[in-house]
Amino acid sequence: MRPRDRATGGGVTRVVGRVIGKQPIGTAFVTPYVVFLAAVFAYPLGFAVYMSFHDYFFAAPGAIVDRPWVGFANYATVLSDPAVRRSFANVGIFLLINVPLTVVLSLLLAWSLNAAIRWRGFFRVSYYVPYVTASVAVVGVWLFLFNSDGLVNSVLGPLAPDPSWLVNSKLAMPTVAIYVTWKQLGFFILLYLAALQNVSKDLYEAASMDGAGRWKSFRNVTVPGVRPATTLVVLLATVTGANLFTEPYLLTGGGGPDGASASPVLIMYQRGIEQGNPDVGSAIGVLLVIGVLILALVQRRLLDRES
Amino acid sequence: MKSPWRFVALLLGAFVFLFPFYYMLIGSLQAEPDSSVGGAFPRPGNLTLHNYQAINAAINLGKSLLNSGIFTGGVILGTLVFGVLAGYALARLQFRGRGTVFNLMLLVQVIPFQLLTIPLYVLIVRSYGLADSYLGMILPFLINSTAVFVFRQYFLQLPQELFDAARIDGAGELAILWRVAVPLVRPALLTGVLLTFIGPWNEFLWPFLITKQQGLQPLAVSLTNFITTVSARAANPFGAVLAGACVLAAPAVGLFIVFQRRFISSSLESGVKG
Repeated sequence: MRPRDRATGGGVTRVVGRVIGKQPIGTAFVTPYVVFLAAVFAYPLGFAVYMSFHDYFFAAPGAIVDRPWVGFANYATVLSDPAVRRSFANVGIFLLINVPLTVVLSLLLAWSLNAAIRWRGFFRVSYYVPYVTASVAVVGVWLFLFNSDGLVNSVLGPLAPDPSWLVNSKLAMPTVAIYVTWKQLGFFILLYLAALQNVSKDLYEAASMDGAGRWKSFRNVTVPGVRPATTLVVLLATVTGANLFTEPYLLTGGGGPDGASASPVLIMYQRGIEQGNPDVGSAIGVLLVIGVLILALVQRRLLDRES
Repeated sequence: MKSPWRFVALLLGAFVFLFPFYYMLIGSLQAEPDSSVGGAFPRPGNLTLHNYQAINAAINLGKSLLNSGIFTGGVILGTLVFGVLAGYALARLQFRGRGTVFNLMLLVQVIPFQLLTIPLYVLIVRSYGLADSYLGMILPFLINSTAVFVFRQYFLQLPQELFDAARIDGAGELAILWRVAVPLVRPALLTGVLLTFIGPWNEFLWPFLITKQQGLQPLAVSLTNFITTVSARAANPFGAVLAGACVLAAPAVGLFIVFQRRFISSSLESGVKG
């Protein structure tokens, strides 16, 4: 008999144990966590979908109000709203700049850091510091740097764009995208550094025997070797982009100029909370998640086909 | 494979990453804003702590920091108490529904929090009346799922014999957790605390939504309100903003530098799990 059986006694407990598990107290241990997941994730998720199909508005607490089913009316409102369409296009621009830049820069930097190089610890720390710092804090400096008479423009002199970076409808979103790339890069560098540990040293040796230079072995050994990590980096960078709020809100004064840098989450906040239409806001949220899921599937297909 | 080019490129990169932090500090100490190239170098005559006084007068730094601390502390406490219980159960206890809970934990990581912003706002602010309260601020973050995952991984690594022995001795599960398992994974608990710290300390959108009362806002929120509304009227608005930014950045950056190894390994685990 195993110790547990001896401790608890006869055959009846063994049968009960098979149904509820050997240590049913585990259920009690996870209960707070499960309640938390149900209350903060599952229920609100269902509630968001519910709101998006009903005429939902803010009412006094406890008041009984009618919230009729409206089908896809909220979605129709959202899709015919030029500001919403603009915000989805903006996030498209954001992803087109941010995702490739993130993948290329973080892989190259991780690859360089992986070699025996002086000051490696210092480099790791410096690339990671923006990631651990609050966006609100570093946005303050970027505002100062990319202001029309900021340091970047005084260095550029006559090359400075007019109107300046954050108030220029063509440059506002790219500047936000570059800011986010800069801020998140350290995290992705670490992810690639971990992935590089799994690339076999033999492959590098074989490549150098075949006379491959450093660049060739990077292309033919490193890049295919870290492909699973690349899939993850692309997915995480896409999710970050879809969640964009603080940066356009602060860097470009609420998504300006003329909505050129407004993100879907920013519009969701304006429509849902500022203007008191949580049903419309929820519909934007649902569309955003569907968009991210489709994008993730497409990216996955593309990355898998290459391998 | 030593190459001076690689070193120079990395050095250049490090400059791009660190310069804004250096500029933040210099800018926060300058009496007169100077955005020319020369302004990047400190001149003794132009240095002052006045900006820190200005931001303190505008948003009450002490109170904001205290609010950030209560928000962050509440999240860390919830994660430690409930997260350790859940992580231990998921790693070491056989009970009905364990697989389901584990899968739920993984699923939660891919749900974008932003989709939940509006329903959570309606529920917490409108239905439960928790606007302008610490509880409402903490509730959506109370248990950090990534930390639960990290705790589970560490509890899994402990040898089974320890647990068998303790059970033969008749110890209850809570006693085993508290006296055997927790002391052995203390480093993991520190990792969990660090991992949990950056989230609420840097979080902006949620506390921004639910706190309208200035006396309850965490520093990230009050600093934002200063940037978007008041700063235009201040004498040296950027100096004051940068001083506030330094105060907000300092605790996270400080913790990071002291515990960088743990930060780096914990982020890796949270990243690779996806």
